[in-house]
Amino acid sequence: MATEILMPALSPTMEEGTLAKWLVKEGDTVKSGDIMAEIETDKATMEFEAVDEGVIGKILIEEGTEGVKVNTAIAILLEEGESAEDIDTAKSEPASAPVPANKEQSSETAPAESKTHPEPKVEADTTPDWPEGTKLKQQTVREALRDAMAEEMRRDENVFLMGEEVAEYQGAYKISQGLLDEFGAKRVIDTPITEHGFAGIGVGAAFGGLRPIVEFMTWNFGMQAIDQIINSAAKTLYMSGGQMGAPMVFRGPNGAAARVGAQHSQDYAAWYMQIPGLKVAMPYSASDYKGLMKSAIRDPNPVIFLENEILYGRSFDVPDTDDYTVPFGKARIWREGKDVTIVSFGIGMTYALEAAEKLAADGIDAEVIDLRTLRPMDTASIIKSVQKTNRCVTVEEGWPQGSVGGYISSVLMQQAFDYLDAPVINCTGKDVPMPYAANLEKHALVTTAEVIDAVKTVTYK
Amino acid sequence: MAARKTTSKPNVSAEELKAYYHDMLLIRRFEEKAGQLYGMGLIGGFCHLYIGQEAVVVGLEATAKEGDSRITTYRDHGHMLACGMDPNGVMAELTGREDGYSKGKGGSMHMFSKDKRFYGGHGIVGANVPLGAGLAFADKYKGNDAVTFTYFGDGAANQGQVYETFNMAALWQLPCIFIIENNQYAMGTSQQRSTSSAEIWERGKAFGIPGEAVDGMDVLAVKAAGETAVAHCRAGKGPYILEIKTYRYRGHSMSDPAKYRTREEVQKMRDERDPIEAVRTLLLQGEHATEEDLKAIDKKIKDVVNESAEFAKNSPEPALDELWTDIYATEIPQEA
Repeated sequence: MATEILMPALSPTMEEGTLAKWLVKEGDTVKSGDIMAEIETDKATMEFEAVDEGVIGKILIEEGTEGVKVNTAIAILLEEGESAEDIDTAKSEPASAPVPANKEQSSETAPAESKTHPEPKVEADTTPDWPEGTKLKQQTVREALRDAMAEEMRRDENVFLMGEEVAEYQGAYKISQGLLDEFGAKRVIDTPITEHGFAGIGVGAAFGGLRPIVEFMTWNFGMQAIDQIINSAAKTLYMSGGQMGAPMVFRGPNGAAARVGAQHSQDYAAWYMQIPGLKVAMPYSASDYKGLMKSAIRDPNPVIFLENEILYGRSFDVPDTDDYTVPFGKARIWREGKDVTIVSFGIGMTYALEAAEKLAADGIDAEVIDLRTLRPMDTASIIKSVQKTNRCVTVEEGWPQGSVGGYISSVLMQQAFDYLDAPVINCTGKDVPMPYAANLEKHALVTTAEVIDAVKTVTYK
Repeated sequence: MAARKTTSKPNVSAEELKAYYHDMLLIRRFEEKAGQLYGMGLIGGFCHLYIGQEAVVVGLEATAKEGDSRITTYRDHGHMLACGMDPNGVMAELTGREDGYSKGKGGSMHMFSKDKRFYGGHGIVGANVPLGAGLAFADKYKGNDAVTFTYFGDGAANQGQVYETFNMAALWQLPCIFIIENNQYAMGTSQQRSTSSAEIWERGKAFGIPGEAVDGMDVLAVKAAGETAVAHCRAGKGPYILEIKTYRYRGHSMSDPAKYRTREEVQKMRDERDPIEAVRTLLLQGEHATEEDLKAIDKKIKDVVNESAEFAKNSPEPALDELWTDIYATEIPQEA
């Protein structure tokens, strides 16, 4: 049967092209791979090869013709034994573009019928992290993290820790102290200084059924590995249609420490919070470090765990129970108040809590929310609080443009506009690389005084 | 072709030879059909065809056993067919339909099969190399004797993470075969213009990783080298490098006019070094098969490929709800 040779699409964006030159003529025999024509696309001149064997029965589009639409018949190919006489009047209209089996439905939502804003749906989980009467112990963040990893490594032999200096050196920040002794070199693995490579090996090991914990000595070095984190770990579940993914934890200290300069002092919260496929935790207290790390290791998705060097040595109450976990996506209210909502996470909580205490002395009653995880983010708890206080200040050490606070502001604008009595203020680190000089560094970070000022601004005090 | 000529052919039965002929021809016809569907606008975006390189993956798959893993770059259709993935599912993924291996959400460059231990299909040049070593790490950790076939190109061989991986794979003795499919052009830049060393596999020497160059237009030479590499890895001796000198007949992707090489150069390879023609000649001259036998194979392949195209055209586009699925797992995908 005679077949039509159609004008091909030869680039992702080509809709029409110029049939620059025919390299075959009517009556020529062609076989698969033979170059039949030169076609000018929007990008380049391309050679057009035959796919099927046959004889060129008729050329329908003359060479030199411009604006030939993709899928227009440009020639007729005859099979063995057919002659050009057999050809019906050729159709030179463009064949209709392939019709997708499902027509895309309009995804536009109907405009709201009334002009009032819809009431935000707020279903905040307010159950306490531990029941009253639970036995507590004082523990540093460092100890809580180590205990969390050790407990999960005892629980699942596929969990292992890899990173620079995690084993024999016992951790650059002593987070993995004692783990090599308990679990051995097979499961506590010192890597060379090669973040991109070992992050990729970690992701591959997760594809292969293990549960890696990949430690970056700091998240600044994790930037070397960001392609593997985002393109390989975060996206594979989606790209594979749910067949495989990377159940693993990337962890390490994040943000400014003290006097280590611009390249070692960046807060990545807002960066990773943006990526679908990742979960992101940035805890403040030791109990949350412990409970969230245990949840992170068990989670079937890649988790970014943003720690803080300054917090490592701080002590907090931690439940003295066998298996303490904290779920992702549930904020913790550290202090209830009625005048203003202060939202923070990680080290930012130190400024938030200190500011709240000083404000109380001035008669301003602040509610302080610790988000604990940024993806998923418990926006319901923020909205619920703002419905009560009508004012909100966010606190973080990261940069202002594209900040976590900026996102929270947009959520409140869209979902709680009618409850706001003042613009939301985002207290952030300054829009500069981190300086070394002690006085400059202090000013580059967010300060408690700035949080107090922001609260006074939104409360018009 | 700088690759050495293999003089001692491995023992191979007529049945095996016919199977290689079949598998290589299936890839070629499938790719030609994919090119055609691309021309019709049924396949979009980037589409990198494997035509010319068929002997590489077919020769190596002949050395794999159950439990082995494979991972490659974006020129991945041949690898999927060679490891036994269903042509219908591959073609339906190319057309972005719900019956594709990734439900239409991955496309040409991102397909996977947990079942066949095919771990993609990766679009970032070089990034699949540490991933492959990670798969090998998992096998070593579990204490089995599986190996991972980690394929990448001569272009990827200039990425830093490849050498980070060589270092750790050698240090930790990972059962990983690094396969450099050297088709001589990193997109439009020839090896001479991009790569300081003439023999890329020799870079492994700096890490103590053994390797060799292989004639990638000769499926039996590829298989023989693969057997050496697999035996080395299974014995727990660590990684092995195969630099397989091959040639792609088509452009880098569908929109590549391939002006960086002459038409004569391509034609010469097709005429003199075609891997499928070589096996065809072996089969006929050795009287392992008749013209009729081969015609029957050709016919069967044509039917399979045509069916895959029909399947891929008729499979529905994914439901809009699919946009929102598979972003987060609620449970861990079970290990195959």
